[in-house]
Amino acid sequence: MSHVPAELKYAKSHEWVRQESDGTLTVGISDHAQELLGDLVFVETPEEGATLDAGTACAVVESVKAASDVYAPVSGEVVAVNEQLGDSPELVNSDAYGEGWIFRVKPGDASELDALMDADAYNQHLEAEG
Amino acid sequence: MTTLKQTTLHDAHVAAGARMVDFAGWSMPVHYGSQLEEHHGVRREAGMFDVSHMTVVDVTGPGAWDYLRYLLANDVDKLKENGRALYSCMLNDQGGVLDDLITYRRDQGYRVVVNAATRDKDLAWMQQVARDMPGAPQVSVQERDDLDMIAVQGPQARALCLPLLPEALRADVEALSPFRATEWQDWFVARTGYTGEDGFEVVLPKDQTRALWDALAAAGVHPTGLGARDTLRLEAGMNLYGTDMDEQVTPLESGLDWTVALKPADRDFMGRAALEKQQAEGATRRLVGLVLQGRGVLRGHMPVSAGEAGQGETTSGSFSPTLGVAIALARIPAGAGEQVQVEIRGKQVPARVVKPPFVRNGQALVEIH
Repeated sequence: MSHVPAELKYAKSHEWVRQESDGTLTVGISDHAQELLGDLVFVETPEEGATLDAGTACAVVESVKAASDVYAPVSGEVVAVNEQLGDSPELVNSDAYGEGWIFRVKPGDASELDALMDADAYNQHLEAEG
Repeated sequence: MTTLKQTTLHDAHVAAGARMVDFAGWSMPVHYGSQLEEHHGVRREAGMFDVSHMTVVDVTGPGAWDYLRYLLANDVDKLKENGRALYSCMLNDQGGVLDDLITYRRDQGYRVVVNAATRDKDLAWMQQVARDMPGAPQVSVQERDDLDMIAVQGPQARALCLPLLPEALRADVEALSPFRATEWQDWFVARTGYTGEDGFEVVLPKDQTRALWDALAAAGVHPTGLGARDTLRLEAGMNLYGTDMDEQVTPLESGLDWTVALKPADRDFMGRAALEKQQAEGATRRLVGLVLQGRGVLRGHMPVSAGEAGQGETTSGSFSPTLGVAIALARIPAGAGEQVQVEIRGKQVPARVVKPPFVRNGQALVEIH
């Protein structure tokens, strides 16, 4: 059973979002997603300063097996990316919700965050996907 | 939905936590937790693979030698003693690759091991050639589905495996040179493999398979899935049938010139005329290795630009766990230079053309940058 922290929001495409105290949002991929992908060997983060549209591909995570797109869960401007993933993509495997974060965004539209799933809804989504 | 076939070791894989996938109609382990750790396990220690889905075919009868010399692009006449092994392609009349396989010469005739994915096609082709070939040699082509196969590979593979083999075999197995095989009753042990490491491929009766697997595991040999098998063979520069080559290409376009025996000139074989014609005209494409110089991971079917020489594509690619960079096999124009560009998600990323293998016996054979 994969780990789904209660305080985060989730997208159907398996990204998680954490609201920071400064109003920015940190984004990564869920424990379930990293488990499915297997050992990560490459992460392509978005560019700092890039403008993201919710639901569009903005980063790529690649395991030995396959490449998978990461979709922007909300719209906004990228204010930070996790540089550590350049040398240590495996952080996404070992600590998906912590050191494995991928980018931080300054949201444009607060209502997009509300539209994401909470932990209960995401758990149900995982069960439904089987 | 059709039911997947299971090998003798299916329950052992599941009990070991394997993620099982459909491979050519077989339920096979892709990994037992971490493909990367399994890859390193084979390069640094020893790993074992359940390859019982592969097809063992015994070719016997007074016409077996004539038959195989006609069937295969390599020449079984090179097998000067029993126990020797030969890698070859099996071609159609146009020189297209039907499969790649290993042939062993034995006291009783020959043993051929072909791929799982091509089993039905191969067996039908082998029967058809036996029926239709000139001279109609007396030959029997018999699948041995009563046997399983375990590959044990890595620098410690021989030492760990040897004491677990039947005592009657041990002295002979210990003395085996690379690409040789020996046998006792229905046990058949070859010093061959698909990883670029030393080791054995053990063909054995089905009622012995689980016991050997468990004994190897207890001795510290890591169960290794098809995922690591693929990255290991790619690093070793070995083609995967159906991915790096198929019926649309010849061995000359697949980096396998060395497996085509055009001498002696009087040996006719399936595809010979087509290969001679291609050789005379010069093959327009070749299969090479690529080492990515920029960031990213190479995969199959990525477009490759070789400047004025033209376009090609990767046939298989991955992150190389041993080298720490992305590598690929690619079919590119024969006139391409040392530097090409690979299109990765719309971006052109530079890559260097190298001659495989990338890794052999745990050592890098190519420069990384």
